[in-house]
Amino acid sequence: MPATPTHVPEPSRTDPALIRNFCIIAHIDHGKSTLADRMLQLTGVVEQRQMRAQYLDRMDIERERGITIKSQAVRLPWAPTTGDGEGTTHVLNMIDTPGHVDFTYEVSRSLAACEGTILLVDAAQGIEAQTLANLYLALENDLTIIPVLNKIDLPAAQPEKYAAELAHIIGCDPSEVLKVSAKTGEGVAELLNKVVAEVPPPVGVADAPARAMIFDSVYDSYRGVVTYVKVVDGQLSKRERIQMMSTGAAHELLEIGVSSPEMTASDGLGVGEVGYLITGVKDVRQSKVGDTVTQLHKGATEALGGYKDPKPMVFSGLYPLDGSDYPELRDALDKLQLNDAALVYEPETSAALGFGFRVGFLGLLHLDVIRERLEREFGLDLIATAPNVVYRVIMEDGTECTVTNPSEFPTGKIAEVYEPMVRATVLAPSEFVGAIMELCQSRRGNLLGMDYLSEDRVELRYTLPLAEIVFDFFDQLKSKTRGYASLDYEPTGEQTSELVKVDILLHGDKVDAFSAILHKDKAYAYGVRMAGKLRELIPRQQFEVPIQAAIGSRVIARETVRAIRKDVLAKCYGGDISRKRKLLEKQKEGKKRMKMVGAVEVPQEAFIAALSTDEGDSKGKK
Amino acid sequence: MPSVLPDGEPVPHDGSLPAPALAGAADRPLGFYLHVPYCATRCGYCDFNTYTATELRGSGGVLASRDNYAQTLVDEVRLARKVLGDDPRQVETVFVGGGTPTLLAAADLGRMLAAIRDEFGLADGAEITTEANPESVDPAYLAQLRASGFNRVSFGMQSARQHVLKILDRTHTPGRPEACVSEARAAGFDHVNLDLIYGTPGESDEDWQASLDAAIAAGPDHVSAYALIVEEGTQLARRIRRGEIPMTDDDVHADRYLMAEETLSAAGFGWYEVSNWATSVPGRCRHNELYWRGADWWGAGPGAHSHVGGVRWWNVKHPGAYAQALAEGRSPGAGREVLSAEDRRVERILLELRLAQGCPLELLAPAGARAAARAVSDGLLQSEPYAEGRAVLTLRGRLLADAVVRDLVD
Repeated sequence: MPATPTHVPEPSRTDPALIRNFCIIAHIDHGKSTLADRMLQLTGVVEQRQMRAQYLDRMDIERERGITIKSQAVRLPWAPTTGDGEGTTHVLNMIDTPGHVDFTYEVSRSLAACEGTILLVDAAQGIEAQTLANLYLALENDLTIIPVLNKIDLPAAQPEKYAAELAHIIGCDPSEVLKVSAKTGEGVAELLNKVVAEVPPPVGVADAPARAMIFDSVYDSYRGVVTYVKVVDGQLSKRERIQMMSTGAAHELLEIGVSSPEMTASDGLGVGEVGYLITGVKDVRQSKVGDTVTQLHKGATEALGGYKDPKPMVFSGLYPLDGSDYPELRDALDKLQLNDAALVYEPETSAALGFGFRVGFLGLLHLDVIRERLEREFGLDLIATAPNVVYRVIMEDGTECTVTNPSEFPTGKIAEVYEPMVRATVLAPSEFVGAIMELCQSRRGNLLGMDYLSEDRVELRYTLPLAEIVFDFFDQLKSKTRGYASLDYEPTGEQTSELVKVDILLHGDKVDAFSAILHKDKAYAYGVRMAGKLRELIPRQQFEVPIQAAIGSRVIARETVRAIRKDVLAKCYGGDISRKRKLLEKQKEGKKRMKMVGAVEVPQEAFIAALSTDEGDSKGKK
Repeated sequence: MPSVLPDGEPVPHDGSLPAPALAGAADRPLGFYLHVPYCATRCGYCDFNTYTATELRGSGGVLASRDNYAQTLVDEVRLARKVLGDDPRQVETVFVGGGTPTLLAAADLGRMLAAIRDEFGLADGAEITTEANPESVDPAYLAQLRASGFNRVSFGMQSARQHVLKILDRTHTPGRPEACVSEARAAGFDHVNLDLIYGTPGESDEDWQASLDAAIAAGPDHVSAYALIVEEGTQLARRIRRGEIPMTDDDVHADRYLMAEETLSAAGFGWYEVSNWATSVPGRCRHNELYWRGADWWGAGPGAHSHVGGVRWWNVKHPGAYAQALAEGRSPGAGREVLSAEDRRVERILLELRLAQGCPLELLAPAGARAAARAVSDGLLQSEPYAEGRAVLTLRGRLLADAVVRDLVD
């Protein structure tokens, strides 16, 4: 039976002592959304019949992939059934966090809005690398950790084993690990009681100028940008004028309120409270995660700490398959950017691929999600160039340039090239340690350390060049560990490396889309692989087409597409003529879809296949 | 004739043509193609419209059999007479193809020809050809054909090598086609053709050379040499897909073509179309030249294609359905297309460019004309005829004719 709390404190008039702000740290599929749903039900904010699975995840892709990209905050009334606060209605603000590696910064801001976190782990699978990384973030933010094993109803569950693992990691006793089934609801009430008992209430100064931290902002096509904040000090009231402290921009507060879980307007938000603001802005970049909101008049002078501008780490060229879709691609990116402050792009022209955009992403999943949304929600067919990172190039004359597109790598005398590095954490069963080390070594990794989380689970820590993991590292990792390994990484600065640009030339003409920046030891292998791939993909022309891979003017690999010698139908009699004319019309259409690289006709499929990471076909051949 | 019919608009029940199709007809030669859709066995590479059953029925129960086939075809010749109305033309060429025409009695082929003679009249010196299977003719049969008016015969030799013939499912013994040439000469045929196929999987350069030499030694005045086309849906295509037989590389086809050109021209044969060589101008197949020059011809028989004045149409494929239509007094036409001026221009380029005479440059649009100039400098078109206003393929250009056509029709 859902409890029906009485005397529910109202927003703007809630004693901070009754507030508990918490989030749930969990890996994809470990049941966070199901647990959140169960809490909504148990606290009575969503009635049984309105319940749809994973209520809080709104985007289709999220629902399908079972991941959360955008976080939200829900205000839940809960009167504990045990302990000190028994019978007193508390306000629990559940702040949903993004679950993926690329959104570390967003996660860190969500965590900064909380005083405690539920560490939710699948009782059949144990902790995963991203969860561990987020756990460390939570510990850095001094959050109270409530360890919980989920899915204890599963036959494959090993609650004792993973309770010991969790206890080992956070330094508690295995008996303190709660065991729940979000699916059946078992243990969820106890969990809510524990949140009230253990998570400290927020602390702030009530009679100070307001300071509220933005931990999320979401674009809604009806309401404009909805900004989620936690009020640290003071009070924000409706119809007030507010100011974003990073930019000084002032906005009218059109609406203020809380989600429970539908947006409900209130008079304001007080110390420790979590809610939303609507100011009428149309673009999330005007309401940046991590920024501090204050009143325009007599506002705070010092912002809360921790604000960072989102910085794209991975770039890829996106081109419409059909060049006439370029305006649609631009409109689609414009729309996605309304809701994604981390997405950056600028127009780019490729001799080989036509008009497109160089798009910057936070990381690999971000890239994947954006690409998929462009294709699915906007119906675009795209060619994406191989993802690359940002290089800082220092020339011998001391000038410096930043390279986000390999084809723009400078040609003159280069003194040093810097590439971004990451600190990667891999968790896997110990039997795969050898395979993982081999993979990381081959990607220029440097082992920092290795720890056993339990008898048979290992945590490996590496520094790796980001460039080495943006392409197919994760796929390789998964395939070498039969899917068991999990990966997390965070940027850790840059290092100088012996990097070179490899160009691919068709019949003497550079194909910009295939240029790549690589460590010098890997340049040869790349050249050989691309030249070999292209030899299979480029149809024979009327002349011989040399394919070369070159560093500067030095050719490192060469293949040849032999000239076509026969392109004629043997027979053309009475009944063949209509067929032949129609075939000719079809061939003419096909010719129009060819891209010209110099004098060489290259079918679009060849670009797609050459840019794809799939090497299965070359390996499968015997 | 490939077995897959194109899409088109319906043919009127009476088979009548739009009036413009007959305008100026008197200036164009008229030919007849007669299709015989029967074979003793089906060859693995063949996708022509042919059947090994001797009796097939239409949906209305009308019987199409080998025995009554000549009569059915005569019905279509009479329909042609009605459709062409008072067209005064006599017929310049007749070509009986298949299938295997010589599975029918020689008298049947004679009856079919007689119907054309009765309805239209044959022009002086008309060329009357039949295809013949080396195994289904003998001196008496050939003499009968000659007596009924045939003056040209085309034998399917394909190869001089047993193992090559076996891959092609051809049942005749090596040497038999060459003997047929002598028998045809003895029977009084002025013109004899041998068909050859090169690039069959398993054929070597030496096998092909032997086939060319054997064909020339037999003394025909015409040779057709075709690269083996592996058509979708054939037994051969299935065997290649299953990996039982290797696919022949295009470069091998190119090499074999060059061998054919070299051997045939050394023996006094001149190419006049991409796949056709003859010892003299009268030795050329005039009927096929009708196809390539946009003349008029009526194709009678199941699945046969016709062309009159810019209208192309094609008959239903199934012999039963074909016989049924004619029995009900309907045209057996399954569909047709009325060519636009641009279609006709494109067809002229794609057909005439395959000829030794080439196509006139005045057919080309500005982009096509520029492409022609490039093709000359690329060695695909001959420079002398080009200077005189004609696009004529070089030897290399013949092997890349389709690519040249794609550029020239721009």
